[in-house]
Amino acid sequence: MTFSRELEAKFEKLITRYPPGRQRAALIPMLLYAQDEVGAITQEVVEEISRRLRVTPLEIEEVVSYYSMLHKEPRGKYHFQVCTNISCMLLGGQELFEYLKGKLGIDNGGVTPDGLFSLEEVECIGACSWAPALQVNYDYHHFVTRDKLDRLIDDLRKVQ
Amino acid sequence: MAGLVKLTIDGRSVEVPAGTLVINAAKTAGIEIPAFCYYEGLALQAACRMCLVEVEKAPKLLTACTLPVQEGMVVHTDSPKVAEARKAMLEFLLTNHPLDCPVCDKGGECELQDMTFRYGAGESRFLEQKVHVPEKQFSPLVYFDAPRCILCYRCVRICDEGLGVKALGVVNRGVSTEIGPNAGDHLECDECGMCIDICPVGALTSGRYRYRTRPWEMEHVGTICTHCADGCKTTLGVRNGAIIRANNRNRSGLNGEFLCIKGRFGFDFTEHPERLRSPLVREGDGFRAVSWAQAVALVARRFGEIRSRGGRFGVIGSNRTTNEENYYLQKFARRVLGTNNIDHPRTGDVAALVDALAGRPGAWATTADFYQTKAALVIASDLAQQHPLLAFQLRANWRHHGLRLYVVTPGPVREDQYSVRSLRAPEAESLAAAQTLAEELRREPELVVLFGDAVKGEAVRRLVEFGDSLGIPVKYVCLVDYSNSRGAADMGLLPDLLPGYRPAAEPGLALPEMLADPALEALWVVGANPLKDASLAAEAAFVVVQDLFLTETARRADVVLPAASLYEKSGTVTNVCGEVQRLAKALSIPGTKSDLEIFGMIARAMGAEIGPARPEKVFEEIRTSVAGYNVPLPVLATGGAAQAAPSGGRLPVKWRPELIRPARNTLFRSGSLGRYSKSLNIVIESPGELYRA
Amino acid sequence: MLYNEPSPLEVRILTRRFGLPNSQSIDTYLATDGYVGFRKALEMPPERIIEEVKISNLRGRGGAGFPAGLKWSFVPRESPKPKYIVVNADEGEPGTCKDRVLMENDPHQLLEGMLIAARAVGAETGYIYIRGEYRYIIEIMDRAIEEAYARGYLGRNILGTGMNFDVYTHTGAGSYECGEESALLESLEGKRGQPRIRPPFPAVSGAFGCPTVLNNVETFCAVPAILRDGGVAFAELGTPRNGGTRLFALSGHINRPGVYELPMGFNLLRMIEEVGGGIRGGRKLKAVIPGGSSCPVLKAEECDLAMDFDSVAKAGSMLGSGGVIVMDETTDIVKVAVRVMKFYQHESCGWCVPCREGTIWLRKILERLDQGRGRPGDIDLIEEISKNMLGRTFCPLGDAAAMPTISYVQKFREEFEARLPKPVAIEAEPLVVL
Ligand SMILES: Cc1cc2nc3c(=O)[nH]c(=O)nc-3n(C[C@H](O)[C@H](O)[C@H](O)COP(=O)(O)O)c2cc1C
Ligand code: SF4
Ligand code: FES
Repeated sequence: MTFSRELEAKFEKLITRYPPGRQRAALIPMLLYAQDEVGAITQEVVEEISRRLRVTPLEIEEVVSYYSMLHKEPRGKYHFQVCTNISCMLLGGQELFEYLKGKLGIDNGGVTPDGLFSLEEVECIGACSWAPALQVNYDYHHFVTRDKLDRLIDDLRKVQ
Repeated sequence: MAGLVKLTIDGRSVEVPAGTLVINAAKTAGIEIPAFCYYEGLALQAACRMCLVEVEKAPKLLTACTLPVQEGMVVHTDSPKVAEARKAMLEFLLTNHPLDCPVCDKGGECELQDMTFRYGAGESRFLEQKVHVPEKQFSPLVYFDAPRCILCYRCVRICDEGLGVKALGVVNRGVSTEIGPNAGDHLECDECGMCIDICPVGALTSGRYRYRTRPWEMEHVGTICTHCADGCKTTLGVRNGAIIRANNRNRSGLNGEFLCIKGRFGFDFTEHPERLRSPLVREGDGFRAVSWAQAVALVARRFGEIRSRGGRFGVIGSNRTTNEENYYLQKFARRVLGTNNIDHPRTGDVAALVDALAGRPGAWATTADFYQTKAALVIASDLAQQHPLLAFQLRANWRHHGLRLYVVTPGPVREDQYSVRSLRAPEAESLAAAQTLAEELRREPELVVLFGDAVKGEAVRRLVEFGDSLGIPVKYVCLVDYSNSRGAADMGLLPDLLPGYRPAAEPGLALPEMLADPALEALWVVGANPLKDASLAAEAAFVVVQDLFLTETARRADVVLPAASLYEKSGTVTNVCGEVQRLAKALSIPGTKSDLEIFGMIARAMGAEIGPARPEKVFEEIRTSVAGYNVPLPVLATGGAAQAAPSGGRLPVKWRPELIRPARNTLFRSGSLGRYSKSLNIVIESPGELYRA
Repeated sequence: MLYNEPSPLEVRILTRRFGLPNSQSIDTYLATDGYVGFRKALEMPPERIIEEVKISNLRGRGGAGFPAGLKWSFVPRESPKPKYIVVNADEGEPGTCKDRVLMENDPHQLLEGMLIAARAVGAETGYIYIRGEYRYIIEIMDRAIEEAYARGYLGRNILGTGMNFDVYTHTGAGSYECGEESALLESLEGKRGQPRIRPPFPAVSGAFGCPTVLNNVETFCAVPAILRDGGVAFAELGTPRNGGTRLFALSGHINRPGVYELPMGFNLLRMIEEVGGGIRGGRKLKAVIPGGSSCPVLKAEECDLAMDFDSVAKAGSMLGSGGVIVMDETTDIVKVAVRVMKFYQHESCGWCVPCREGTIWLRKILERLDQGRGRPGDIDLIEEISKNMLGRTFCPLGDAAAMPTISYVQKFREEFEARLPKPVAIEAEPLVVL
């Protein structure tokens, strides 16, 4: 399997960053970047990376199943990650999460039928002082309110 | 390792070598520190936290399994703090562990059960829903029940570090952590079952054994594996006259706890439906079952006739029968039938090595040497497949002592993973290729050379000359293929050599010559299947076959005598390193008789006087008459192995390398016998392939 | 770039460039005596650099508060193996969001800190391990690294001195445990985030089995100032044995939450009142978690406290990572305890028994209790299970789960009891094990 030119270039650089014989160190970044492009850690991705880094599929499974950001199932185009950890919880993070569930009509880990949105309750994302916070894919949203959420979702729908 | 270190454990002063772990130091003082994840010889984990001990001046409890001793250290393993910690760890372990011990396959030999009994609380305060996941079948032989798993990672380590297979891994995180197989939903591996044995609980279970018995209902019989030549001790669990399990948890024998799929699962041929249970005599194209008396009488009469008219006999012995049987058979052939036409399917040129090492008993490597030697050279053998124990020993040596391994093979082998040099060369050129390593080998302090059937005849002397030229101590192993291949040669199942490699007056016919000789009048085949891929020229010859199954050869027989397998008899066998070990009879299959017994019956019926056909008596004769076999009886009696190193002079024989025909067995093949083992055939890896690593 | 207004009470050493126009660029950095500390370091023998850091009383900002200079001095001078500088930018401790702003607003300060450390121990490669969620931070750091290479501050023969130093970012992929130093190194090597057996410590055997200096982002960011203005100046900003300033992340029920740089030893109540603008809606303070969710909670009356490692420890908690979580009188402590345990249960790597089994057990009891399905004895059980984990786990995550939990039940027991169903539940029969 082949990746986009940009990604291939990235991989090339990645592998040179680590001491000789230690190219396995590139595994987790490669998996995450490949997932960003492909949408999930598919069997093909596993086989390809296994070949390139000379690690067995089992060794990759050990890693993929460990890290919470790595996933084998595709997610929505916009992946909502709502922090409900303590600082956010104190300022309504939990309620926001429940609100989103209702609004998107999906449960934790769910994907909307149109594949546009997916939802995940996440642990602290390092935005405690600007809580409640959430991430849509890699973008941070601070001091989130229901109105802000409504507007955000409308905008994302419009982009379509 | 540096000098001795003195410390105090539970008030007792202990002195151990620097670097010793507290958990082992305690052992030397007879103090047991409980542990699940610590396993001698495997990487340290410190995961189970059972071994926590109190060390004076340390702020918190420390894991004895990772703690090296220090001078003046004061350790308490019996303090209230420690007892409390152990109790707590066991309570944690049991929270998500099913408490259905009465129906658990491991019940009765479960380390978690024992520990809880010894150190645990009487009750559990855990009243929540347990995490549950359904049981998985990793392979026909290996089942995994995640909820029972305590994540000690022993299985993962033995498979990776011990075998070099790395078929098991750790998947998921936190409480959902599980052991996972390498092929997605199943295992693709050696199917050795080491992971099952090493599992302290009922998480990994054996597809052949699970739920068939309670451990205490079995009789445990320690005997020698009937398959390859490495001679592993296998402890058979026998119940109602059937073998239901094989392992070697008590680590007795030269293999410690190691067993490959053949030793651990390959015993099931004993109960194969096609097992012969009554003598057969030819009737037209078919056979008629007859009594032993009738069958033996018939054989004796025909042998007698042929002998009296000076007819020509051919006798083919076995790679799997005992030393006693082999010795007795050649004696029978030579004394009673008056012929040197005796041979066995030769899988390695032991005689040539005997000749090349004449007068050097110290040059024969033992199984222990493989774990100790500083350097080893493998020539033309896929060790991991053909000699699993030797491969295991070498790998352990590399892990523990940094063995330097050199490999010369026609294709990739697993040993390449850690060898310092791996050369690829066709078998015919492997010796030449090995010689190119001279410079490197010369720099090693010592060397053990293992050579397969590719090196035979004259080549063996050239190999030993090469060894001598290195100017370092060198030991050798001639790799043969079956449980008593070595014994067959030692006992003189050869046309030109008598027991102990004494030259025969005038050499008889070799195996292929017998088959090709139209003038042959009688062919007696014991535990061999020469007609599998050859035909018998002498159409009229009277053929007697002793075997467990109706093999290609047996089908051609006039009389078929149902024999007992190695697991069903007593006696001794000699492994690839020349180590003699004693068998223990685990069961008897009705209708069968040991080959020795059969020989005795025929001899008696022929009125021949060649001594009692009783294993002890015959072995006594072997000890006194066969060079090198004067081994100490107590060693054997106590289940030990004693090396018989033939050390006569040079052998005035003509080398016939073409007579060496290797079995080319893989991990999942074991000659004709292997075909009758379900276990060896149901796994997806079967039949396997050599030199594919 | 800045998500909250600075406070006049701040003493801005590490954050001095925050808010400057394109504070991320090397030009801004150089224009505001950037890389001055490093240039000084280039003039000093390595031992002197370490000495200076020791004098500064800089203690690790990642949580443990271990003296940085001392840690650096453990790295063997002569080593046949290469040495490494590793930055812990995993920032996973709930309540903590300071490393993020440090990298976002002044990436070169971190690079300079790494350079100085590299110079001090003789390392030629550095990795910045950044949590996967901080993707845009990784991009910011990568740009800064490019600039530094372009200007000769990284790479071969730096500033013509013959010094070589390469820096790379490395992304995590979602695991709090990977913030634990040895798990981080495993993760850096492409493995599961499982901690390593120690000793050996990273200073001797760290990244790829080589001697490694591993520090928190903020720790490295303090180093340029120390070299620039001297260790003494830095030390004097704080209290004895607690040198300098540190970034506090105020969050929770407070009027002006945000990340503020304050001197070590700054009074907690003042921090809440004057820096954070007091409790929202004029409510009363109930409790504070002083250094991230791993730290035992402080009741309001315990909060008149100097915020440095030793004082907070004396008060029975920890300064930790400087994540100050403020809770007002309306806060439901049981819910807090549940959420905190849910976190540790989710993040427990599963390697060792007490943490793996203890966190899930505690979570289940706490959730039951919260939902009004508590049993008599539950509260004591929670405390006992936590104590059974304490000090017995492989790595400190187990302690981090147990310590706060013990503090919640001990300090707010009445709230847990109030959750127990009124009509006294039937005595729970203990299960018999064997
Ligand atoms: C479970 C756990 C999580 C941790 N997470 C972080 C983290 O996110 N960032 C960090 O700098 N240190 C973290 N630490 C502390 C590190 O183990 C280590 O002490 C620290 O990075 C050393 O740097 P310092 O001395 O500059 O503080 C964590 C420790 C534990 C036990
Ligand atoms: S305490 Fe044990 S299970 Fe928990 S994170 Fe550390 S090693 Fe993993
Ligand atoms: S034996 Fe020491 S922790 Fe398991």
